[in-house]
Amino acid sequence: MALMRITSPHTHGPMSTSRVMQNVLLATVPGVIVLTHFFGFGTLVNIIWASILAIAFEALALSLRKRPLGFYLGDYSAVVTAVLLGIALPPYSPWWLIAVGIASAILMAKHLYGGLGYNPFNPAMVGYVVLLISFPVQMTSWAAPRGVGELPGLMEALQACFTPTNFDAVTMATPLDVLKQNNSLLIEDLWQQNVQFGRWAGIGWEWASLAFLAGGLWLLYQRVFTWHAPVAMLGAVALMAALFYDGGSSASGGSPLFHLLSGATMFGAFFIVTDPVSSAVSTRGRLVYGALIGLLVYLIRVYGNYPDAVAFAVLIMNFAAPFIDQYTQPRTYGHAKRGDANE
Amino acid sequence: MRQVYGFHGGIHPPENKHQSVAAPIADAGIPDALVLPLSQHIGAPAIPAVEVGQHVLKGQVIAEPAGVVSVPLHAPTSGTISAIEDRQIAHPSGHTARCIVIATDGKDEWINHQGLEDYEAADRSELLSIIRSAGIAGMGGAGFPTAVKLAVKPETHIETLIINGTECEPYITADDILMRERAEKIVEGAEILAHLVQPDEILIGVEDNKPESIVALQAAAEGTAVEIVTFPTKYPSGGEKQLIEILTGKQVPSGDLPAAVGVVCQNVGSAVAVRDAIIEGKPLISRVTTVTGEGVSEPRNYDVLLGSSMAHLLELAGYQHEKNKRLIMGGPMMGFTVPDAHVPVVKTTNCILAPTEAELPTPPPAQACIRCGMCAEACPASLLPQQLFWFSQGKEFEKAEQHNLFDCIECGACSFVCPSNIPLVQYYRAAKAEVIQIRKDTEKSEHSRIRFEARQARLEREDAEKEAKRAARKKAAEEKARLAAEQGNAEEDPIQAAIDRAKAKKAAQASGGDASESEQEKLEKAVATTRKRLNTATAKLDAAKQEGSDFIDALQTGVDKTRAKLDAAEQALHDYQQANTANEEPAEDQSSANAAQVAIQKAMAARAAEADKSPADKAREALQKLEARLQKSEARLAEGKAAGEEEKIISALESTVERLREKVAKAQSQTQETEAS
Repeated sequence: MALMRITSPHTHGPMSTSRVMQNVLLATVPGVIVLTHFFGFGTLVNIIWASILAIAFEALALSLRKRPLGFYLGDYSAVVTAVLLGIALPPYSPWWLIAVGIASAILMAKHLYGGLGYNPFNPAMVGYVVLLISFPVQMTSWAAPRGVGELPGLMEALQACFTPTNFDAVTMATPLDVLKQNNSLLIEDLWQQNVQFGRWAGIGWEWASLAFLAGGLWLLYQRVFTWHAPVAMLGAVALMAALFYDGGSSASGGSPLFHLLSGATMFGAFFIVTDPVSSAVSTRGRLVYGALIGLLVYLIRVYGNYPDAVAFAVLIMNFAAPFIDQYTQPRTYGHAKRGDANE
Repeated sequence: MRQVYGFHGGIHPPENKHQSVAAPIADAGIPDALVLPLSQHIGAPAIPAVEVGQHVLKGQVIAEPAGVVSVPLHAPTSGTISAIEDRQIAHPSGHTARCIVIATDGKDEWINHQGLEDYEAADRSELLSIIRSAGIAGMGGAGFPTAVKLAVKPETHIETLIINGTECEPYITADDILMRERAEKIVEGAEILAHLVQPDEILIGVEDNKPESIVALQAAAEGTAVEIVTFPTKYPSGGEKQLIEILTGKQVPSGDLPAAVGVVCQNVGSAVAVRDAIIEGKPLISRVTTVTGEGVSEPRNYDVLLGSSMAHLLELAGYQHEKNKRLIMGGPMMGFTVPDAHVPVVKTTNCILAPTEAELPTPPPAQACIRCGMCAEACPASLLPQQLFWFSQGKEFEKAEQHNLFDCIECGACSFVCPSNIPLVQYYRAAKAEVIQIRKDTEKSEHSRIRFEARQARLEREDAEKEAKRAARKKAAEEKARLAAEQGNAEEDPIQAAIDRAKAKKAAQASGGDASESEQEKLEKAVATTRKRLNTATAKLDAAKQEGSDFIDALQTGVDKTRAKLDAAEQALHDYQQANTANEEPAEDQSSANAAQVAIQKAMAARAAEADKSPADKAREALQKLEARLQKSEARLAEGKAAGEEEKIISALESTVERLREKVAKAQSQTQETEAS
């Protein structure tokens, strides 16, 4: 019997790409439960429909590219994209909106660039931004949270998705929308006059953010990613909010706590910014990358045209990632510190 | 407790060391045949010093080192050299190499050997030479000649001597068991090494997963300057650079040796080998090798003679062929697969790993790199393996080098953690090989370019010189033409030319050059050399006559010929001298400058006479001259034909005659024309 000839190492750690993706999926569960609790089955329907479409589009793209289906579908990356986009889309989105988003994400942002690992932009965020620019009405109507409006049941959620013309959603401005529109009220008054602000950052939003934070911390514990990018992003958002809080005046951009727990901050920090493919590679690079995303999120939220900005901030920084890599290469063993060396 | 430092990255693969370390070291005995590759170290292969059929004793040198970075080879036991030929060896590329094969006689008869009684009294160079001639090469895996490593420059101050007992690779326990069982020898070896490099401190570094070794070493080091330092287990702490950082906090500069930061590092196995060589006078002929993996029923360590086949060891350990598909020399992280179980154990064989498929599964196909960065976290050299992979795959070698590809120590930590199962190390090895090839090619083409440019420059220079000469000649010709034109004579005037030549000659003579003098010298020299040759030839002829040689006739003709030549040369000299004197006669003094003056006058007179002649006279004269030449040529031709000269010469003469006849005909018609007019 001939002996096998392969190169070292001959042993391998327990981690696999499929497991990484599965862990990410698992970590979104608490957030999805909280969202479903506060906004009804809309998010869940989004996720399921998006996943079905994502697998279909992925299979289509793979067969067009003549790649083995089982091997590539088994990495779960398409499902991760679908789940992240499903969470980001407003609950009770119509089926076609999700289809356009997933098609943009899987076909355009991912496979046109060569598939998993080769996409310079975060596919879910590309899908989201395509929709946000193309269908602003559908994309900016968020359901009213539990306790404020009437929550639709599961059947109604399915109806909202697949026969959207027959469904009349109860929508309501999100706290970020309200803050964006505000130009006369003190922050304190804003809280009193708008029921959706909840305790810190909006009914439903604050708990969903905490749930995503919990999921993210678990991923950190599982060593799926390092702390650098999320911490830098959250730090930058908090710092900017603290700098421009302005004592809660009518010109205030909102408190740090509000910015951390409202909108997509936490979700973005642990599930979008941490996407390794499209981010900077070194730990130092990821600090810079995360911090700049945080800065952009705050600037666009407070001074830009959109109430939330994670998708735009991430895409802009995706552009900058290779540039950041260029200047944040770590010091290799036995090499002088940057600047000391003549090399 | 001594302070230890950390290093970046590292991993914690399953250790799997307990299986093979439970039993003490066993003697692997003397197999029927030993196969000893000439190259068991880094550097030039040794050169065989024995012949097939020769009987050798245990410890006898069978191959000599070739160069400084090389070590000799010794017979591991007594026996007869049965072959010196290419055999399959344990090498990553699976190639064959020259080996000395010994058919053992089982007597295990030692050659005379003797250690030093007091090594401290010995000279440093003497100790190094003993280590070198004992054939010791680094036993941790790389196999760098130990004596070379120890030969630090006298001006280098060594702060720390590190004895590496880390053995961070999973499965391997050869160093562990050595430290447990032969701690005294290690400490003694460390002291000898310390005597050689004179360090400020002597440290033996051991990972904290080897408590028995630590205890044994501490007991052995009691009362000596040797200090045992323990630190947390992490792969690859045993890498030389990593261990140096752990123990001293210093990093060896990229591309430099540990001595650059005042450190010398030696493996525990090498320390024992040095001790055996110095104290007992024994060369390196055996080593401790771990045989482990689920493919053997009794994993343990063996004291094995170098050259024993791996199959021999595997049989001793209860090898189960059917369970084992992959045989690895070394550990699972950095070891390489061998093509065949019959390859020999060499100086660097620290482990033979025979795993089952379940134990070390065949790697699944690689998935796409998602740039997760786990590799960068694991990399002990603080590289960005994902970027290096990207560049290696895309053949962007320049960028790969910018990302310090060559600082990769190929420890395999990145591949181990890679969730996409990418064989990263393989990519880096390939990229390094390609870069080295490219460098070689560039060097070569650079060399060719320089050569080509030098040639090009030379050709250009020569062309320029030629051009300059040509221009000068052209200018001179123009000048001449202008002068001729000024004298109202546009045509080339042979008499004017003769005047110019004579003037030039005069000028040359006036400026010190003496052409005719040198001509005479030449002739005199010719006479002298010919005479000399004649003398030698005559001497030879005389000698030959005395000996009665067969060549007398030949020599005789030689002498005759030479004599004829001498006569001719003498005649030439005589003629020349006479001619010169004749020339000089009309002059009042004997100076040749005046001769030139005379020539000028003569030519001028001729010219004046020519000018006086009518065209008809001129033509007639020319015709007469030509006719004379024709006659001469015809005579020469007839003479040549009569003498039976070569055809070539005859035909040349014929064509000359032909040409002259044409000219004569032409001149005749011209003469008639001029006369008619």
